[in-house]
Amino acid sequence: MSVTSDKNPASNEVKPDLIGVTIDGIAVSVPKNTLVIRAAEEAGIEIPRFCDHPLLEPVGACRQCLVEVATPDREGNVKPMPKPQASCTMTVSEGMQVRTQHSSPVADKAQQGIMEMLLINHPLDCPVCDKGGECPLQNQSMSHGRATSRFDDIKRTYPKPINISSQVLLDRDRCVLCARCTRFSDQIAGDPFIALVERGALQQVGIYEDQPFESYFSGNTVQICPVGALTGAAYRFRSRPFDLVSTPDVCEHCADGCAIRTDHRRGTVLRRMAGNDPQVNEEWNCDKGRWAFNHASLGDRFEFPMVRDVGGELRVVSWQEALTAAAEGLRAARGHGVLVGGRVSVEDAYAYATFARSVLRTEHVDHRARPHSADERDFLLRHVAGTTPETGVTYDEIGAAGSVLLVGLEPEEESPILFLRLRKAYREAKTTIHSIAPLATRGLDKLGGTLIPSAPGTETEVLTALTGEVGPGSDTDPITTAHAALRGERPIILVGERLATVPGALPAAAELARATGARLAWIPRRAGERGAVEAGCLPGEGALDTAGIVAGAASGQLGALVVGGVDAHDLGLPGASEAFERSFVVSLEIRPSSVTEHADVVLPVAPHAERAGAFVNWEGRVRPFEAALSTNALPDHRVLHMLADEMGEFLGTRTAAEARSSLEATTPPAAKGYPPRVRRAPVPEPGTGELVLATWRLMLDEATMQEGEPFLAGTAKAPRAHVSPATALAFGLAEGDLVTVLGDDVRVTVPVVIQDMVDHVVWLPTNSSSCDLRSLAGRAGAIVSVTKGGAA
Amino acid sequence: MTTLTPILTKFWDHPQSWTMATYEDNEGYTALRQAMQSDPADLIQATKDSGLRGRGGAGFPTGMKWGFLPPPDGGPRYLVVNADESEPGTCKDIPLLMAAPHFLIEGIAITSFAIGCNHAFIYLRGEVVHVYRRVMRAVEEAYAAGYLGKDILGTGFDLDVTVHAGAGAYICGEETALLDSLEGRRGQPRLKPPFPAVAGLYARPTVVNNVESIASVPAIIKQGAEWFSDMGTEKSQGFGIFSLSGHVKHPGQYEAPLGITLRELLDMAGGMRDPGHPLKFWTPGGSSTPMFTDQHLDVPLDFESVAANGSMLGTRALQIFDDTVSVVRAVSRWTDFYMHESCGKCTPCREGTWWLAQILQRIEHGQGTPEDIDKLVDICDNILGRAFCALGDGATSPITSAVKYFREEFEAGCHTPAAELFPPAASTLFAKEQNTMVTA
Repeated sequence: MSVTSDKNPASNEVKPDLIGVTIDGIAVSVPKNTLVIRAAEEAGIEIPRFCDHPLLEPVGACRQCLVEVATPDREGNVKPMPKPQASCTMTVSEGMQVRTQHSSPVADKAQQGIMEMLLINHPLDCPVCDKGGECPLQNQSMSHGRATSRFDDIKRTYPKPINISSQVLLDRDRCVLCARCTRFSDQIAGDPFIALVERGALQQVGIYEDQPFESYFSGNTVQICPVGALTGAAYRFRSRPFDLVSTPDVCEHCADGCAIRTDHRRGTVLRRMAGNDPQVNEEWNCDKGRWAFNHASLGDRFEFPMVRDVGGELRVVSWQEALTAAAEGLRAARGHGVLVGGRVSVEDAYAYATFARSVLRTEHVDHRARPHSADERDFLLRHVAGTTPETGVTYDEIGAAGSVLLVGLEPEEESPILFLRLRKAYREAKTTIHSIAPLATRGLDKLGGTLIPSAPGTETEVLTALTGEVGPGSDTDPITTAHAALRGERPIILVGERLATVPGALPAAAELARATGARLAWIPRRAGERGAVEAGCLPGEGALDTAGIVAGAASGQLGALVVGGVDAHDLGLPGASEAFERSFVVSLEIRPSSVTEHADVVLPVAPHAERAGAFVNWEGRVRPFEAALSTNALPDHRVLHMLADEMGEFLGTRTAAEARSSLEATTPPAAKGYPPRVRRAPVPEPGTGELVLATWRLMLDEATMQEGEPFLAGTAKAPRAHVSPATALAFGLAEGDLVTVLGDDVRVTVPVVIQDMVDHVVWLPTNSSSCDLRSLAGRAGAIVSVTKGGAA
Repeated sequence: MTTLTPILTKFWDHPQSWTMATYEDNEGYTALRQAMQSDPADLIQATKDSGLRGRGGAGFPTGMKWGFLPPPDGGPRYLVVNADESEPGTCKDIPLLMAAPHFLIEGIAITSFAIGCNHAFIYLRGEVVHVYRRVMRAVEEAYAAGYLGKDILGTGFDLDVTVHAGAGAYICGEETALLDSLEGRRGQPRLKPPFPAVAGLYARPTVVNNVESIASVPAIIKQGAEWFSDMGTEKSQGFGIFSLSGHVKHPGQYEAPLGITLRELLDMAGGMRDPGHPLKFWTPGGSSTPMFTDQHLDVPLDFESVAANGSMLGTRALQIFDDTVSVVRAVSRWTDFYMHESCGKCTPCREGTWWLAQILQRIEHGQGTPEDIDKLVDICDNILGRAFCALGDGATSPITSAVKYFREEFEAGCHTPAAELFPPAASTLFAKEQNTMVTA
């Protein structure tokens, strides 16, 4: 594997014009437009602040960072400004002389005065406040405030706390009204569902009455709150910061690879925070990454190995017994397959791939525990495997892109940090964004994106059309604008993993990239996918993929399966359960699942917090993490090593380091031969009473790893069926009517939303509460029958 | 002896002073006809030459403000008239709009033509519904007469005027908060730069002027810059409306050249309301300008002289208080106002006014402590020049000036309620008749 450590690709940038300023007598040179408060940081001088945040636009609200400033006039005489200036809003100018609290009594008194005023209405309930111990107000009042208060009047009080969402609570009396949370929601997330309301001393953060604070990024407001005004419902009153042990970690929920910090106390993870990694997640993460970490602590965790006894019940046995039973079963079976799920680390994936090839001597291994295709295998080997941040698309490159084309990808739902970076690109680099999808989501709106309307299954046609010449279209025709954008400055094409199910779409995307010179990146949903590609978890040439393995097991062609981290329902394959039932299954799992239900041997493995390793994010960037909790739970790669040992083979994956060094010594897998030709599937033609199904997963849904998080689940979007006005008319539907969608074994009844979108299509979430369409999701353009009402 | 110069107030006593007919009978809209024949640059130059300074309080040269607009780029540029007159004591724009709104509309037409604006806005204080109706009617009349709308006076120049009623916030008199409010947002001041001249209303170049400034433009265009600059003082040229209120015999609007003194104005207004009660303190330009006392009766009311004496000319809102008034009570009420009107954006104004109001209420009720007075002054020091906009600064002026001139009254507040030292009823008009009851 050729993945190397992170390097800043922007190091050869042209040096910007430098401006010389003096701060407390220390001369520094900083780039033009640098804020005085940042220049002071360069000089090693800390100016206290609350509203200032380097990733938010300046506001100058708290006035804590006042300094004295003198600037040269036209003749070069340095003239002091009459009033102290807010250093968080003023940019440097040549020859500026700044005096902070360290050298200016005026600045010091101004800061002390502001601090005193911030505290007069503050409850000073630090001993019971979540923030106490890590609170910028507490810390800065110690360093820049008075020891005693002159305030002996009546403090402003409010009933407390109020829920601004099911997961974020607000204590208005603690708030210093710095507007960090509202600015974050408005600027970074694009979800301005909280705003400052009322005025004067009664100003407060408020929500819209009929639009709750349902943002996938709301947890960041809790983290950047400089006081304890915003707290997370799940962590409130649970711990003191100084009792927590922090571990640098990487989020296991998606392929974005966010740096996070996992805080635990006495063997229990209590919270997770966004880490600071400017190249990846900056300082943000999504609510799922922050709050969904409890699924392994629900009391149903496998602690011991189990073997199915003659009565058909799983029985706890010793490791030795279980390994022997597994080895015997595998040895006895004819034909093997290995299925790997999306949760695995790159070391685990390497162990599974090597176990398949060296121990079971089979090429039937696949990590795609989801709808997939042969086109996709070729695409991954040809265009994805082996790319690194040095050679492939990166977050930084997206941040500076001229245009981005999204195909089969809904970033806000499927890749939230990519979404934030796209939004930043749209806001700061004026990147134009197009999306090939059946409907324009609110997420696309937030990216200022343009929809190229296309029914599911027709993406190949659109990509092919963009590859060729388009006739003279109007300037507002999205195909025309996308065609031009792809041939403009710095174009990027981002394809989602869902595109695998559209025949010919991935080859067509590759062809479009080749024809236009656009950069191409593949955005999988799960954390383990990208690493598994590198580690060789794709089936060998001519070998069975996931669907083939499941079919083989069902038919008896494959006698035994090794399965890790797979949910049978995610596969979108009818008969998967029967396949697991029929074959001999060794399952490496954390908790009971649709696979362990049928497994013959269950080997318990460590959940994320209890293992070390690395994920490879969609950029191909290696994201190593440490084990937060030290337990005797074993990671997948170690269990596989033990199993190999039992079968008389040496796997060499006892530790993550050992697995990684073996992996790094191998070359990444590559495609052989010519790329597949772009084949097109027939356009789906729904009959009377039928519609074409469009579906993707919402970020917060019924996924296994989100279980046990009621506060988080409270902000999940309710499932809705989206149809166009013409479709609604044809079916006699009005906004809010119940509609029943039927297809194969699926039958869901949800309310209708009518919006501007492609006709003859109904969109539904794939796996939301009371809306499970996973068995249909594999077939792009599946036809479903639709009836009005809930009783059809 | 300075004499009055009734220009904007010339025909307020006409029974139908607000109509188009009356305005035209008084040479109304002749300046517009004249202006439309001129080069816009000459109009800006004439305004610069006249020395007209902003009548909204800060006194920034009006013509210079227009000159800050970037060169036309084909996009819209706006004129916004600040008619959000809410300062305690200030009552010049509202009477002017009530009595003779066409001065403003003609001024808007001329200014818009000069700066290349095709859509002007009047942001009117929302509480004055009767004035709102009258301004709306005047705009309708002007459209009907062809002074507004398409192809004004056959010159091809188009101008629309939108009258917008605010929703009752003092902060919206601050020009950037006004623009936010006009755009439909919460009225809170914006970070500058960018200044409105560069990115104002809807992020386009915008001129924000006070009603009286714009209303003065027709007279300047008609009679010449020199006529205007001959009035007033060397650096504070022209005339202005002085609003006398409080304990004065004939309160009202007195239009006079800048530089007139309160002594002269009081003479014209018939002196103090009750000759037995002499002048105690007064504000030169509304409650946010530091107060004066009887020792300042001869200070010329121009920008420079008032500033030299430690206050500001402001809006020429002369609130007159005689010796029946407790300065503590007056200041406490004003501070309540600033606490109520603070927008909440920045810490010193939001928290500081809240704190000041509580301390002043205690002093007013005779429950002050010996530390309170110095604390008041120190809090004011921590607000002045530290707040986001001038509202915070304005909130400190009455307090610091009152303590400066009447510290002993604040000291008395440590033991005796203001209502005992200065019975409120004694300040009223009916005090004479009921004197015995009040003091009983």
